[in-house]
Amino acid sequence: MAIVKFPRKQFEKVAGKIDEKMQERIALFGTPLESLNQEEIEIEIFPNRPDLLSLQGYLRSFLAFLGKKTGLKEYKVNKPEKNYEVKIDKSVKDVRPFTACAIINEINFNDENIKEVIDIQEKIHSTFGRNRKKIAIGIYPLEKISLPIRYEARKPSDIKFIPLESNREMTGNQILKQHPTGRNYGYLLKGKPKYPVFADSAGEILSMPPIINSEKTGKITEKTKDVFIECSGFNLEVLKKTLNILVTTFADMGGKIYQMNLKYKNKKEITPNLEPEKMKINLENINKLLGLDLNGKQVKKLLEKMGYNYSLGDNEVQIPAWRTDILHEVDIAEDIAIAYGYDKLIPEIPQIATIGEEDKKEKIKRKISEILTGLKFLEISTYHLLTKQDMKKTNIKPGIQVEDSKTDYKILRPSLFPSISKILSENIDAEYPQKVFEIGEIFEPNEKEETGIKEKTKLGIAITPGNFTELRQILEYLARMLSIKLEIKEEQKKGFIEGRTGKISYKGEEIGIIGEIHPSLLKNWHLKMPLVYLEIELEKILESLVCS
Amino acid sequence: MEKEIERLIESLNPDERAIFPHLKEKTLDKISKSSGLDKIKTLRALQFLNNKHIVKLKASEKKIVDLADNGVVYLRSGLPERRLLDMLSKQKSADIKDIRKACKLSENEVKAAIGVLKKKTMIQLQKEKIILKASISEIRKKNLEEQLIEALPLPLGDLKPEQKLAFENLKSRKNIIQVKRKKQITARLTELGKKVMQEDLTKLKDMIETLTPEMIKTGSWKGKKFRRYDIKSPLPEISGGKRHFVNQAVEYAKKIWLEMGFKEMTSTLCQTSFWNFDALFTAQDHPVRELQDTFYIKDVKGKLPDKNILKEVKKAHESGVKESKGWQYEWREDEAKKVILRTHTTCLSAKTLARLKENKDKQGKFFAIGKCFRNETLDWSHGFEFNQTEGIVIDREANFRHLLGYLHEFFKKMGFEKIRFAPAYFPYTEPSVEISCWNEEKKLWLELGGAGIFRPEVVVPLLGEYIPVLAWGPGFDRMIMNYYQIKDLREMYKNNLTQLRKIKLWLK
Repeated sequence: MAIVKFPRKQFEKVAGKIDEKMQERIALFGTPLESLNQEEIEIEIFPNRPDLLSLQGYLRSFLAFLGKKTGLKEYKVNKPEKNYEVKIDKSVKDVRPFTACAIINEINFNDENIKEVIDIQEKIHSTFGRNRKKIAIGIYPLEKISLPIRYEARKPSDIKFIPLESNREMTGNQILKQHPTGRNYGYLLKGKPKYPVFADSAGEILSMPPIINSEKTGKITEKTKDVFIECSGFNLEVLKKTLNILVTTFADMGGKIYQMNLKYKNKKEITPNLEPEKMKINLENINKLLGLDLNGKQVKKLLEKMGYNYSLGDNEVQIPAWRTDILHEVDIAEDIAIAYGYDKLIPEIPQIATIGEEDKKEKIKRKISEILTGLKFLEISTYHLLTKQDMKKTNIKPGIQVEDSKTDYKILRPSLFPSISKILSENIDAEYPQKVFEIGEIFEPNEKEETGIKEKTKLGIAITPGNFTELRQILEYLARMLSIKLEIKEEQKKGFIEGRTGKISYKGEEIGIIGEIHPSLLKNWHLKMPLVYLEIELEKILESLVCS
Repeated sequence: MEKEIERLIESLNPDERAIFPHLKEKTLDKISKSSGLDKIKTLRALQFLNNKHIVKLKASEKKIVDLADNGVVYLRSGLPERRLLDMLSKQKSADIKDIRKACKLSENEVKAAIGVLKKKTMIQLQKEKIILKASISEIRKKNLEEQLIEALPLPLGDLKPEQKLAFENLKSRKNIIQVKRKKQITARLTELGKKVMQEDLTKLKDMIETLTPEMIKTGSWKGKKFRRYDIKSPLPEISGGKRHFVNQAVEYAKKIWLEMGFKEMTSTLCQTSFWNFDALFTAQDHPVRELQDTFYIKDVKGKLPDKNILKEVKKAHESGVKESKGWQYEWREDEAKKVILRTHTTCLSAKTLARLKENKDKQGKFFAIGKCFRNETLDWSHGFEFNQTEGIVIDREANFRHLLGYLHEFFKKMGFEKIRFAPAYFPYTEPSVEISCWNEEKKLWLELGGAGIFRPEVVVPLLGEYIPVLAWGPGFDRMIMNYYQIKDLREMYKNNLTQLRKIKLWLK
């Protein structure tokens, strides 16, 4: 989730005053307004729209949506000048195979827009760029580099330059180990025999993507007028789109876009290419999907409000070259709906008769709850995850665990007992007697299952202070109400008092246990009152009741 | 007799009547003692009389001097100085070193005993010896301290001067006496009470207190009056058995879907990544799949569904279906096999679609409500477990406005009158929508959850062809918190029994 902050003044200058109505428009454009103060406006940008991450990109689309500047925005793209060239060496194939590049001339940098540029770069890196894994962006002052440029992979020890925010020359290895940015992103290159670099024709290293630029050749200042931009990664199409987002943003800042020749081993590419992509759409499909009845003219108008061009004759949509999210006709359909206005779509329930059906096992679980609440039991609802401490107090070994839990709760419960006794121990100040139950899932390893884990629905009942007889009466009442026969046989089990404990069987199969909890276990939980507990697996019972 | 007083008198219960003649004793203790009714009953009767404005109760605190642990022992076996006197009365003088054993006293007690007797000039010290100075009659006489401990407990304020002296002496000695604070309740007759006092209450003995089966059988009630109850007196609270409030809300939501003709889906809490993510067109490098958002289960590997579905899902991710382009990356089975705690109930919808593939009639309306998980911290606004309600409508004629229709109806029934639909993004739906409700108190829109129409890249691999599938999966907890006015998410599963007993029912 990306939250962007734009200066309110700049925003209002172009889009108009942010009053209540404008706030509503912002939300209905699909960019929730997060906060607003005198200085700034904060907006959430969904991950499918990296082209909205900059103020320029946002306003480009939003102005169209407001009906101020509709249709596909055109940008002048200049052909490559001499030496506007990047040679891609085949050595990068195994580490970071692709790049898309451009040059922007005649841009006036100042403190403010340098900050903006860095901001956009970081926003794209952290969202669409998957923390630089998928996309890494580099922007360089053209006055410090000699064209053409090489993109190649070198042995880490052969890479030597002064990285940003450092004052000494470092090798590729040293950057990963010692430089803060290297330590953060080093895992993206770890284990590779060679690391990628951009180098200029003077042999100067510009950067080592996706880690860091050179202090000497990779830092924009207020003196910079022209810049070289590159995006590197693994999918050329994605990189080209990202480059388009960047160059149009620069153009909106006042720069001139120049293409570059990219010389790959087997092919030549010229980037950036702002030619719109074309997609034929079927009006009938779109109307059917949205439940609307729009004609071609209306659709044209709506599409133009979303920054597209549309030709009525051949139903062809021209898609801006900076849109990354249009995979299918349905994506166009959504934009038509947004332009139409979600607030104007009239909700409707089709008059088709269907018959509702509750899951049969769920129904019986509900009945069991009703029986128990009729006996004055309180239903509790506890977490499915337990802590190591809980397991220790219950003398159960930790079983299935989750990875990297942010809390101490990391064990999938193998029984309801730890959960229920924990709740009782947290309620020693509440009025007694306490009669509680829970119906919930427990987890056991089982290779036969799709997930390698068998989940069982269990019923746990506790009475404190309570005794065996009391709880057996309840169990027997429950069995009578459900018309099932349960058998109880004497059993010895750790944690329970011998001679006051029984195992419960149903149709000859053991399904649970009932008994008074041993004082030594009560002490672990700091429970002060005698506790009688039963836990049964409901699966077998539910199955046979559903069938009967 | 005035009518009002008569009614009042008829409402006096046996305990109230029993203490009535003793009200002049004023304090609770004394009333209890003189009426013979135990303290608890006396207090309750006094409170009833207070409610009826016959007496006015006043609670005050009183300091009471009483025996402490050592004092209790000394009361039985004599103060140390008494034991020393007993010894001396036989032998007139004694070696100090012999006293301990002979009198069975501790070192400190011996010192105390000598000190006390010396002060009273009953003995004299000569080198290591003590010599009795007091006369026999002096010895026999109980000293002030002894008199005091026998008289305890006494109110501190009521001590006579000589008792006060003894009190001061004993106070400085270890654990003999203590001052306890005691609540004292006094009852004062009101003007009304005084009038009642003048009436003859004895005739009330004939009033019927409890109607017994015997009376009904014999008709002995005839001609008698029933004692009037104070039907407005405050009573202790009781509570009954109850479903957990979250489950009450879940049952209600279930009912809404059932009434709207939906069938219930259920499945396990653990799922393979395949059903939770891949089948829902969530790219394998999507941030939601990271460890820091999703609970992955250690040391287990899941099984993938049949080759056919697998092939189609792989294709959807890598190069898309039909006119779609897909995500354009290499899809890996290994990633799909990872087992997780489901992050949404939408995986149930995916499974339902795959099941319908074999049906001739690929349509239906399904719902689910269940627990989902995310790797989160635990504080007032975060939790690692939450409830979601899921629904899908598979219908060739279904459209986006129908989706809004179902959602509108559901949220209206959940009590949200003013709702708003706004564009949203989910990897598996297009168009997508976010539902918000207007919060009058905070004056802002609160997000309730997301919905949309499943993308062709989701539907085609699972169902075999593209049929619109309306789908939604709003979180459920915010709605519950809103209804019960719970501000802290942790309250939901705290299971504070006192709170569970008190919390109101889900009345929808």
